[in-house]
Amino acid sequence: MTMFLTIAVVVLIFVVIFQIAKASEYVSVLKGEEVSRKQNNKINGFLMVVFLVLGLVGVWYCNELLYDKTLLVQDAASVEGARVDSMLWVTLAVTGIVFIATQVVLFVFAYKYQEDTNRKVVFFAHSTKLELIWTVIPAIALTVLVVIGLRNWFLFTGEPPKNAMVVEVTGKQFGWIYRYPGKDGSFGKKYYKNIDNASNSLGLIWDDELAQDDIVMEQTVYLVKGKPVKLVLGSRDVIHDVGLSHFRLKMDAVPGIPTTMWFTPKYTTKEMKELTNNPNFQYEISCDQMCGNGHYSMKGVIEVVDQEEFDAIMAKQKPYYYTAFPEKDPSAAPADTTVVAAVVKNN
Amino acid sequence: MSHEAVLHGDAHGHDDHGHHEHHDTFLTKYVFSQDHKMIAKQFLITGMVWAVLGGLMSVLFRLQLGYPDSTFPFLEDLLGKWGKGGRITPEAYYALVTTHGTVLVFFVLTAGLSGTFANFLIPLQVGARDMASPFMNMLSYWFFFAASIVMLSSMFVETGPFSGGWTAYPPLSALGDASPGSKTGMDLWIISMALFVVSSLLGGLNYIATILNMRTKGMSMTRLPLTIWALFFTAVLGVLSFPVLFSGFILLIFDRNFGTSFYLSDIFVNGVGALPNEGGSAILYQHLFWFLGHPEVYIILLPAMGMVSEILSINSRKPIFGYMAMIGSLFAIAILAFLVWAHHMFVTGLNPFLGSVFVLLTLLIAVPSAIKVFNWLTTLWRGNIRFTPAMLFAIGFVSLFISGGLTGIWLGNSALDIHLHDTYFVIAHFHIVMGVASMFGMFAGIYHWFPKMYGKQLNNTLGYIHFWVTIAGAYLIFWPMHYEGLAGMPRRYYDFSIWESFKQFGELNKFISLVSMIVFMVQLLFLFNFFYSIFKGRKLTNQNPWDATTLEWTAPINPGHGNWVGEIPEVHRWPYDYGKDGVDFIAQTTPVGADESQH
Repeated sequence: MTMFLTIAVVVLIFVVIFQIAKASEYVSVLKGEEVSRKQNNKINGFLMVVFLVLGLVGVWYCNELLYDKTLLVQDAASVEGARVDSMLWVTLAVTGIVFIATQVVLFVFAYKYQEDTNRKVVFFAHSTKLELIWTVIPAIALTVLVVIGLRNWFLFTGEPPKNAMVVEVTGKQFGWIYRYPGKDGSFGKKYYKNIDNASNSLGLIWDDELAQDDIVMEQTVYLVKGKPVKLVLGSRDVIHDVGLSHFRLKMDAVPGIPTTMWFTPKYTTKEMKELTNNPNFQYEISCDQMCGNGHYSMKGVIEVVDQEEFDAIMAKQKPYYYTAFPEKDPSAAPADTTVVAAVVKNN
Repeated sequence: MSHEAVLHGDAHGHDDHGHHEHHDTFLTKYVFSQDHKMIAKQFLITGMVWAVLGGLMSVLFRLQLGYPDSTFPFLEDLLGKWGKGGRITPEAYYALVTTHGTVLVFFVLTAGLSGTFANFLIPLQVGARDMASPFMNMLSYWFFFAASIVMLSSMFVETGPFSGGWTAYPPLSALGDASPGSKTGMDLWIISMALFVVSSLLGGLNYIATILNMRTKGMSMTRLPLTIWALFFTAVLGVLSFPVLFSGFILLIFDRNFGTSFYLSDIFVNGVGALPNEGGSAILYQHLFWFLGHPEVYIILLPAMGMVSEILSINSRKPIFGYMAMIGSLFAIAILAFLVWAHHMFVTGLNPFLGSVFVLLTLLIAVPSAIKVFNWLTTLWRGNIRFTPAMLFAIGFVSLFISGGLTGIWLGNSALDIHLHDTYFVIAHFHIVMGVASMFGMFAGIYHWFPKMYGKQLNNTLGYIHFWVTIAGAYLIFWPMHYEGLAGMPRRYYDFSIWESFKQFGELNKFISLVSMIVFMVQLLFLFNFFYSIFKGRKLTNQNPWDATTLEWTAPINPGHGNWVGEIPEVHRWPYDYGKDGVDFIAQTTPVGADESQH
């Protein structure tokens, strides 16, 4: 019923607007087309300035309303992210000035040079000097931005510091699997045809001794505050993307082609809860590459802790090998349940 | 053909409606027409149908984004199982998003824009009876029509239309088991796109041939209106880049149906197990796709730029400022368009050095773009502006192009793109600079050339309402999205409720959805104005209603097939002699006087 009512109202509004428009056409014929054209010109010229003023006020108001909801109010949570933020401000300053200047010129010109029978237009077809000015000045401004940008780009995509820890992140429809190299500090080999959801979610090759102490987790991954971390990304099925908005970074996870990213977390999750005044704060991993119907729910969590806490958590983890082969677990039968418990806890 | 057309033009050019053209049946005049003007109208109206469908899709998925907790019973009536319980399902949401993107980028802003105005304006503005090959031109439309039918039919298959995003990245688009939309829906999507590519190539080759070979006497390349230059570069871009997309699609078809591994490697699909494919590269597709995909942005934008240049100059009663610089910047943009594709791929694990080259080339595009903007502004300076609806949309185009172009500087800089990539910031950027701006160019073109197309006038008041509501609405919809992007909010999310970082925008999303509905309604008002005026609009009495200099206004009102009665006019000057020596305008056909000043 409301549906029909809405449609009826909309149609009614349409009809009214149309009648007015039609009537104004007749009026213009009666009054003389030239007169009504000039009148319309005045109205639209005036609206140009109105639009400019309302637009600029709107830009300001929109900022008032939404600024606090963006990440601009928070410090970037990684050392590298701080560089992204400073770059963002520089770019905003450059483009902001150009934006306001050109929009003001556009609408003010439109208003000021609206048709006036007394004005004689200037036949001004070109000026090499002017054209050179607005070729060279943007080129210089852009060069500055490119230099800043590329310095950061090579830092972000370059080698991480030597002391970086390494964590592997693998995307799947629709969740994340994390792997730590374990005590030996090296990842074991894996092959996708070994994947088995129950006991070998990454397809590790158990014959490889390096794989036998690898630790696998789901849902939450633990990183250390102040310690650079290199993430090695991959995917089991389609392309995913590890989006880390608080760290200001992201990178695709591609099946068959490992990619990497690295950063240095600056604040623990606890500290961020206080900084953002949000007791529910989480570092979320959002999937930022369309990956199927569950794309919007493909969430992971990063928990940044300090070194001691991290060591304590890691000490509790059992190598994934023992999930596949419980009988080989040195801590014998009861250990079985603790592994499950650990996994459950991590969920 | 052209000889016949000449005779035909001679015999019937004076005829207002063409009813008496005895050898034209309904079928050859309105359906399988080889008249470029009729084909242009076919492209336009098909484009409009798609624009309404594509717009409606966006309203539907905005309903989900704005009101994720509400149910709308009519959705179940409309969408059946895709709107179960009055709520759009994730499958349907993604299908709507994907189809909205595909349809608007390709069917509306490529076929609807280039197809309409290249067909309509090239012969009329260069002074030709018709296209170089009218038959190929007809085929171009009918391939587009076939593509439309196939795309439409994909909406009705059991597993739903393709739902993996308009870019159709494999493996998602290659694996029916990874997403139901990648089953039959995707087959139809590829077939439709393949037909579309054929249509674009047939059209593009024709446009290039006509512009190069069929200019009338005196119409040297530097006397062409900027619309023609823009359409020329557009056609070149399309002809060079669409085949690359096509090759990408062929490999995708092979991967989907014949067990090859061009894009597939190391894949384990839940519920199916490990696939045999090894050694392919999922990233290869992205290179092939964006090698078209980026030029495509300019295929959409350049015709709008050309028409806007023309309309700004005519309605400022002043020559376009820096004609040669305008051509030069179009050329620079066209060249650079081929050299920047990987800026869509900064976060794919691209070689950092390669990435840096793409940053440099991408930001270089800002230079010719800046030249264009400043030249448009200078064109307005000390002009005598007439605010026709076309002029309003042209001014709106410049405003939107500035707003959206500037955020391109953010996204083209890879280190900043790492943060903003695939967030709402990107949505805001490309909708403003490519989507809405080109749409404004298209509206400007329609308002400006409608009298030439139909010999009738559109209602001005409705045009003014259309403009002011649309520009205000466009900014209200897309400007706040920058802020969502600055919060890291990802694109293509059906629901944000589980996200601690992105759920703070509920009220804003509601507002955006509401505005988008109003803007959509106003577009319907425009369509009403358009179709009403075709039949009941006021008859055009003045052959040259805008006091313009170009050739199309020397042709009779409602020109027949062949465009001019008698000889094709000869051209003696460039198309921008407005306000020269105190004369309001001097048509291109007027010989240069002895006492005329040089410019």
